[in-house]
Amino acid sequence: MSPEIAMPLAVAVPLVGVALILLARNRPNLREAMTMVTAFSLFAVVLSIFPAVIAGERPTIVLFEMFPGLRFALSAEPLGTTFAGIASLLWIVTSIYSIGYMRGHHEQNQTRFYAFFAVALATTMGVAFSDNMLTLFTFYEALTLCTFPLVTHAGTDEARRAGRVYLGILLGTSIGLQLLAVVATWLIAGTLDFTDGGILAGKASDGVIAVLLALYIFGIGKAALMPFHRWLPAAMVAPTPVSALLHAVAVVKAGVFTVLKVTVYIFGIDLLATTGASTWLAYMAAATILIASLVAMTKDNLKARLAYSTISQLSYIVLGAMMATGAGVVGGAMHIAMHAFGKITLFFCAGAILVASHKTEISQMQGLGRRMPFTFAAFFLGALSIIGLPPMGGSWSKFELVLAAADTGHLVFVAVLMISSLLNIAYLIPVAIRGFLPAPAEAGGNPGGNHEPDGGGISEAPAFCVVPLCFTALGCIVLFFYADWLYAFLRPITGAITGAITGG
Amino acid sequence: MILLHLPALQVVVPLMAAPACVLLRHGRIAWALALVVTWTAFAVALALLLQVIDSGPISYAMGGWAPPWGIEYRVDTLAAFILVIVTSIGALVVPFARASVEREVASDRIYLFYTMYLLCLSGLLGITITGDAFNLFVFLEISSLSSYVLISLGRDRRALTAAFRYLILGTIGATFYIIGVGMIYMVTGTLNIADLASKLPAMADSRTVHMALAFLTVGISLKLALFPLHLWLPNAYAFAPTAVTVFLAATATKVAVYVMIRIVYTVFGGPAIFEQMPIDEMLMGLGMLSMIGASLVAIFQDNVKRLLAYSSLSQIGYMVLGLSLANVSGLAGGIVHIFNHAMMKAALFMAVGCIFYRVGSVHIDALAGLGRRMPLTMAGFVIGGLSLIGAPLTVGFVSKWYLIQGALERGLWPVALVILASGLLALIYVWRIVEVAYFRPSPDGATEIREAPLSMLIPLGVLCVACIYFGIDATATMDLATAAAVELIGSHP
Repeated sequence: MSPEIAMPLAVAVPLVGVALILLARNRPNLREAMTMVTAFSLFAVVLSIFPAVIAGERPTIVLFEMFPGLRFALSAEPLGTTFAGIASLLWIVTSIYSIGYMRGHHEQNQTRFYAFFAVALATTMGVAFSDNMLTLFTFYEALTLCTFPLVTHAGTDEARRAGRVYLGILLGTSIGLQLLAVVATWLIAGTLDFTDGGILAGKASDGVIAVLLALYIFGIGKAALMPFHRWLPAAMVAPTPVSALLHAVAVVKAGVFTVLKVTVYIFGIDLLATTGASTWLAYMAAATILIASLVAMTKDNLKARLAYSTISQLSYIVLGAMMATGAGVVGGAMHIAMHAFGKITLFFCAGAILVASHKTEISQMQGLGRRMPFTFAAFFLGALSIIGLPPMGGSWSKFELVLAAADTGHLVFVAVLMISSLLNIAYLIPVAIRGFLPAPAEAGGNPGGNHEPDGGGISEAPAFCVVPLCFTALGCIVLFFYADWLYAFLRPITGAITGAITGG
Repeated sequence: MILLHLPALQVVVPLMAAPACVLLRHGRIAWALALVVTWTAFAVALALLLQVIDSGPISYAMGGWAPPWGIEYRVDTLAAFILVIVTSIGALVVPFARASVEREVASDRIYLFYTMYLLCLSGLLGITITGDAFNLFVFLEISSLSSYVLISLGRDRRALTAAFRYLILGTIGATFYIIGVGMIYMVTGTLNIADLASKLPAMADSRTVHMALAFLTVGISLKLALFPLHLWLPNAYAFAPTAVTVFLAATATKVAVYVMIRIVYTVFGGPAIFEQMPIDEMLMGLGMLSMIGASLVAIFQDNVKRLLAYSSLSQIGYMVLGLSLANVSGLAGGIVHIFNHAMMKAALFMAVGCIFYRVGSVHIDALAGLGRRMPLTMAGFVIGGLSLIGAPLTVGFVSKWYLIQGALERGLWPVALVILASGLLALIYVWRIVEVAYFRPSPDGATEIREAPLSMLIPLGVLCVACIYFGIDATATMDLATAAAVELIGSHP
């Protein structure tokens, strides 16, 4: 299968999956089988694109013309292919996990859930393979809209309010700021195609470039750069598989992915480096990293803490892009992969704890690790990867970002990344440690009731939940050893890079 | 042979069919006649459009009297495009109307509904196709008078006051128009639009011509309900039978926008006149006020029909804004928005009609739980609503894109921001309805509510498909709109 065919197929396969899921709506087992078949097929399709990209090709296919002169086109380059590969691989894992979670937690409207999940993946593939900014913007907006029913899945008042914040911020920023930037880019550059070295160099004054960049970076609300981050904690009202795949991987990564795309292929790293338009945004990202980490420490609800952790980690990638060096961009791109595996593990664990023990607050989880050893061990590994300690994948991307920060001479950023790591330790590791501490004595209450034997026996979440989270936790370790491959794969996006070397 | 007379047939067929409906005096038969006639009109309009694309503007001398003495019918790209819009909506409303009108109009008046409907349609088509400024007035009156009657057919007695108010204001508007036409006739001695266009630029600094333009602009602004001359519209739309609202919202104000474009660009000679009379700046300001003000009011409406009526006001602001930008992108954006808004607003009002058919109310609270009970209708509503917001892959995105482009080409960043802000306000009022329909549980005793009949759902579905199709592949509509804009402005800048 040629990659030109595979790209539209990657968008189409999940949509076909939607039809299959809807057809099998009255037979849950068949319906979930359809999801699995679709997820595996999608992964196979995405894999088939890799060889061409590794060989240095940029397969492109024009689907149709949207407006006169503006084409709706797909193309594969390393950044997008990586993103598509991660999202489609983790969809398989998440689908297995969803089966355990949705049944274990007795969720309603499961057909709608699986159907919109597949639509979300289709649009994510579209984002990953967009050949120009118009195509990307279209899929970006579609992704917002099709995840709305997933966020508000519970249908409660709380979900409705969260949905408002979600839609309000994401559509507000994209329609209010990003669309303006896209149209302005089209007028200034006369093209919206993603081009090596950017399309804006020499076409506008430094001032216009700076305004445009700000419109883009804040307009890409999915990157959750403060002050447009509130939608992400709000989205945590969704079922955990949604938080895991969409709000740790697909949706948020679509945001930072767009930031990277815009940085590399619309502005061009050189243009940003010479105009300095991005420096203040790098400081904004640095501030977001620290503030979000500090807020995360105050959250007792596990999913809320993870959400703020995600906001902080996303800004690593924004920071990488805004430092306007090759190493920063590659480090940011690697962080998309590394953080995806780490954070999805943590969310899987949060969901597994909820299913097995119905606990959502960290303070209630003392001693839970003895009953759920696999879950808490996986949590520990995922946390290490987020912190960036070897032998976890996260250490390489962080290393690369620190190198980039040192290269640019902004030692502040080096300090921010280091402090952030310490803060990560402070808010993630206690969760795992608390789990392995002895359970507290039943506080006063429960007089004469039958005392549940703590520590005795293992009562994990269903295997459908536990296996996926072990898989992704191991994935964090595997990524540590294959980081050089990823690095080599991503390096062409910035042309030749000097200095930074990772891996073997 | 018959192809040569298509411009005449376009107007004459519905005009002749209208009295036939009165003679038939039977609702169902009148409906069948209207169905045949409107689809014929649609076919004629399509044939005219193809002819214009193929071989340029058509000039037809009515009755064989050569212009400028006789009445000329003139079909250029813009006119052909508007004809297709009006007739396509006209053709889709009739199948929808059968069930809807039986529900909302007294049964002994149904044949009158179709009479007036066909009369209104022929009036609107006449306005679009005629090349004569006075003949335009005649058709304006035909369409206006019949629309007053159509509105007053609503069961709610407030429909009568709404129709009466529209009658007063509409007549004032028409009077202003005819005064303006009288003035330019006084100085040029002609009523033929092409003739006027050739004679007026030489007199562009005459005070009479300025006054004429002022009268014409105010008169037409009343008909197209530009802020602050919009007061007749919300109640007229809210209390008219839904089929009437669908038709008027999608065609009547659009044709008025067309007349505005025709007068400003064709008769008074395009952007050049703005140096003498800065009506572009006035229209731009008023257009933006409409876009923002009407959207803000829409947010606080509890009657969904009224809410959509205010949304129409704001969308008319987009078209007027496009007209006032006076460059190809902006004008093309305004023109294509005539088409796009016709599709989305017709879809939205049809969805409301389906809801009224089953629920018997259009109050926002009555929509609770309809996301489950009427899934197809509400899906149609969501698609129309997304188009209003201007989400990508819907028609609303296309018009917004070109309007922003037009604004940015002139360096008007604040205008671009207003366009975007208006879209976000649309998000608020659309989502208010979506939340009620999908999140609020249905009230007890609403178990009988089910999906609307197919005869209503199919036209709604067709419009929704159009909303998406022309949003994904906008080349056809944009090529037409751009060609029309280039014809009007003169050349591509």
